[in-house]
Amino acid sequence: MAIVELNDIEKSYTKGRETVDVLTGINLDIDEGDYLALMGPSGSGKTTLLNLIGGIDHPSSGSVVVGGESLNAMSARALAKWRSQNVGFIFQFYNLLPVLNARRNVELPLLLTKLSGKQRTKNANTALEIVGLGDRATHKPGELSGGQQQRVAIARAIVADPALLVCDEPTGDLDRDTAEEILELLAILNREHGKTIVMVTHDPKAADHASHVLHLDKGTLTGAPS
Amino acid sequence: MLRQILEITVLNIRNLPARFGSSSVVVVGIGGVVGVLVAILAMGKGFESAMSRAGAPDRAIVLRGGSSGELSSFMDTNAMNIVASLPEVTGASGELFLIQDVPKRSNLSPANLAIRGVSEAAFEMHPEVRVVEGRPFEPGKAEMIAGRKAAIEFQGVDLGATMQFRQSAWTVVGFFEADGSAYESEVWVDLATAQSAFRRPGVSSMRVRLESADVVDAVARRVEEDPRLDLELRSEEDYYSEQSEALTALITNFGYAVAAIMAIGAVFAALNTMYTAVSARSVEIATLRALGFSGLPVVVSVVIEAVALAMFGGVIGAAVAYIGFNGWTVSTLAGGSFSQIAFDFAVTTDLLVLGFVWAVTLGVVGGLFPAVRAARLPIVTALRGE
Amino acid sequence: MSSVGLVWSNLFRKKVRTVLTVLSVLVAFVLFTMLRAVAVAFDSGGFGPAGVDRLQVAPKFSIIDPLLVSQMREVERVPGVDAVTHADWFGGVYQDGRNFFPKFPVSPKSYFDIYSEFTIDPEQLEAFQNTRTGAVAPAGLAARFGWQVGDKIPIEGDIYAKKDGSRLWEFDLVGTYLHGDRRDETGGGVFLFHYDYFDEAREFGQGAVGWLIVRVEEPERAAEIASEIDALFENSTNPTRTATEDEAQREFARQQGDIGLMTTGILAAVFFTILLLTGNTMAQSLRERIPELAVLKTFGFTDGRVALLVLAEAVLLCLVGGALGVGLGTATMVAIEPGLQQFLGLIEVTWDVVASAIGIALLLGLVVGSVPALAARRLAIVDALRAR
Repeated sequence: MAIVELNDIEKSYTKGRETVDVLTGINLDIDEGDYLALMGPSGSGKTTLLNLIGGIDHPSSGSVVVGGESLNAMSARALAKWRSQNVGFIFQFYNLLPVLNARRNVELPLLLTKLSGKQRTKNANTALEIVGLGDRATHKPGELSGGQQQRVAIARAIVADPALLVCDEPTGDLDRDTAEEILELLAILNREHGKTIVMVTHDPKAADHASHVLHLDKGTLTGAPS
Repeated sequence: MLRQILEITVLNIRNLPARFGSSSVVVVGIGGVVGVLVAILAMGKGFESAMSRAGAPDRAIVLRGGSSGELSSFMDTNAMNIVASLPEVTGASGELFLIQDVPKRSNLSPANLAIRGVSEAAFEMHPEVRVVEGRPFEPGKAEMIAGRKAAIEFQGVDLGATMQFRQSAWTVVGFFEADGSAYESEVWVDLATAQSAFRRPGVSSMRVRLESADVVDAVARRVEEDPRLDLELRSEEDYYSEQSEALTALITNFGYAVAAIMAIGAVFAALNTMYTAVSARSVEIATLRALGFSGLPVVVSVVIEAVALAMFGGVIGAAVAYIGFNGWTVSTLAGGSFSQIAFDFAVTTDLLVLGFVWAVTLGVVGGLFPAVRAARLPIVTALRGE
Repeated sequence: MSSVGLVWSNLFRKKVRTVLTVLSVLVAFVLFTMLRAVAVAFDSGGFGPAGVDRLQVAPKFSIIDPLLVSQMREVERVPGVDAVTHADWFGGVYQDGRNFFPKFPVSPKSYFDIYSEFTIDPEQLEAFQNTRTGAVAPAGLAARFGWQVGDKIPIEGDIYAKKDGSRLWEFDLVGTYLHGDRRDETGGGVFLFHYDYFDEAREFGQGAVGWLIVRVEEPERAAEIASEIDALFENSTNPTRTATEDEAQREFARQQGDIGLMTTGILAAVFFTILLLTGNTMAQSLRERIPELAVLKTFGFTDGRVALLVLAEAVLLCLVGGALGVGLGTATMVAIEPGLQQFLGLIEVTWDVVASAIGIALLLGLVVGSVPALAARRLAIVDALRAR
């Protein structure tokens, strides 16, 4: 069953007097439990596509249906609520809040739930255990290495137990070995925790971990060479 | 060295428009301090000047011994004549001083209006008193001339209007000016008419003109030693400065206190801005230092920037105080006469200079710490921008 | 951690900046507290709480006119009047002009009867009543000058001389009294001496008093009784103007000038400055955090919620600064109050002042935070993330 359905997606924006087409005629179904890598040169529209799937951007035309719900019709508020329950985001630069320690960073998405403070802390600790950082809960981002920060970001993405993880160049800022570890962690989340993962990357080695790879060029999907 | 300073400063100043928001904080913060300081001190200055203008060096005031002001003083004709006939005295004017409750125009609340009963001699004694509108009162009639300020402050002091006092009605026939002195807050009436209307024999005080300002002490001693008199004579200038001393000091101290507290806030604001300015350009500064610029020019240039902003603020603050307050009339209850004295805020040149000095000082204080920090910060730390 | 914790943590992002901002807000509120306290003191005439059931009967046209002690009897007969006493302004100087305190000649029994909140030892009141040259001083005032019961207090009269031409008045201190308010600590209050002695010894003006003080049975009828008293003397040689004690004090305060307007002007300048400063700081802090706020939105924080976080931060900053400022301002006022009393009477930082300070801090926070909050609300996630 497809967890993500993209139908006839067009995305363009105006830059000065010019209209730039970022995505044209995208049709894509992503199955539940899939681990999809989106590849392509910079400017090909991968991040834009990812943002559409994650519900933080809107297509100019076409429909986005995730988990059976059409995102097009949702208000900003409904979309925000939907994101809080259904998607976890992982960024290239981690985007942790420097003023909060690891546990509190992980806890952030739970502030939107009705969980008690105690329960929130417990869930945050569990998520940190899953990413292997149970012993770093009270460290601030500045006191952690890049790989550790990305693990905290992953813990934050899974803490509310969303079905879908969207990752934008999750290893782009990491060295080879650390990148491997992060990719391995994502694979575990995919295999053992059943998370559907959509990952944008331009690193072929990263794409190797995925079960499918799609290429994007000048706003068009050019099929799956795998 | 000087060229280094100049170059960095030019770089900084060129950078200013990009930091408009935060730079304006320094300008407005320090402008506020200077504005408030100058405005409050201008009030003290205005009061002091209204009082001191009422005195002339060769004039003296005679009061009953022990009196704290004209209101609590009185003397009879006999005593008056003795003083008037003293050899150094070239002119004398006996004056009756009273106060009446009259509502103020501003809040309709009754306040003490000073009424001075005078004879023809008073106009010779006070040549600064000139009727500028209407005409002088006629002796023997219940007519009054009102000081400009009294007309501004009190209800019913209008040309041609009649003012009702205790069992007597007085017509306002003219307005007078008196060089902006405290006399402008009074209304003047005919002495003899007032004596009968208010049932006051004698006078409250006497103004005497002396041969010269130098003989004041000698005449004062003569009056004091005369067994027939229970009077005190002192120079008008001393008298009025005594009367204004306490309030002027209170206003001035109040002004300094408020401005000092505000200045603390403004320095915090300036520090904040300059720290931000410095940290925003830490890379730039670090690069300059790597290129061989020494720490001092960096320090100096940051201080110059802060001072430039502060000076700008000081000028604005002083300008606002001048435009907004210079000449603004307020009134208060003066101690000795227990009557309303209206006066204009006087934003004088020395107050403007004082405000400017404050601005520069605050600029130096606000710029120095961030500057030193900028110059000392190791490049790596500077890059982190913390 | 809660949302409040998140807001709180953000304040520690740049400690120097936060501290400086809080300090400048603090300074504004120190000024606010002190200036408002002074203005309030001025408004009330500086003599503390006035009795609601007391009226002051003053000469109609000017304080230089006398009332007559005989008018008391007529006022007593007005229905609704419970008791009447009188007082006068003596002026006078003790040692030198800087030692200012008010001195009234009064009738001991009726004066203390009407000012029933004042406490005095009954024996001392008896002695005051029976000693012609007797005087009683507020305990705080006596302490200020080191007076003991039994001392002779010399006062140099500036308005009143004695029949023998001497201006030196000597009073025997027979007791001290308490107001039951802060005047007891700060040495304020009125030096009271025997009217009968004063009236007999003075050079002129026999039978005259400065004003009458009336206690009414029902305070709600005060205005009515006041007009009845004035009507009584309308056409006499000594017409009166009667007002509640509170209103009379306010009237006197208004004569001093519009202190309220002045302090409002100063405070407006102060708060305009602080508004700009804190607003700028908040805008700065927002600019630095645009990507973070966008990230919060990706988690599903709604636009409104993110805006609220930013707004709450500004409000918290201002409230912390405001609360500290009110505290420091109050402490300062308590410390310097004795020095100011001579000019301003009783000054207290009232709860009204504190409450309005907190209200203004809240408002300041809302105004300062609203611009960045709106910006945070409008922030488009995609653009903000790209801005990184």
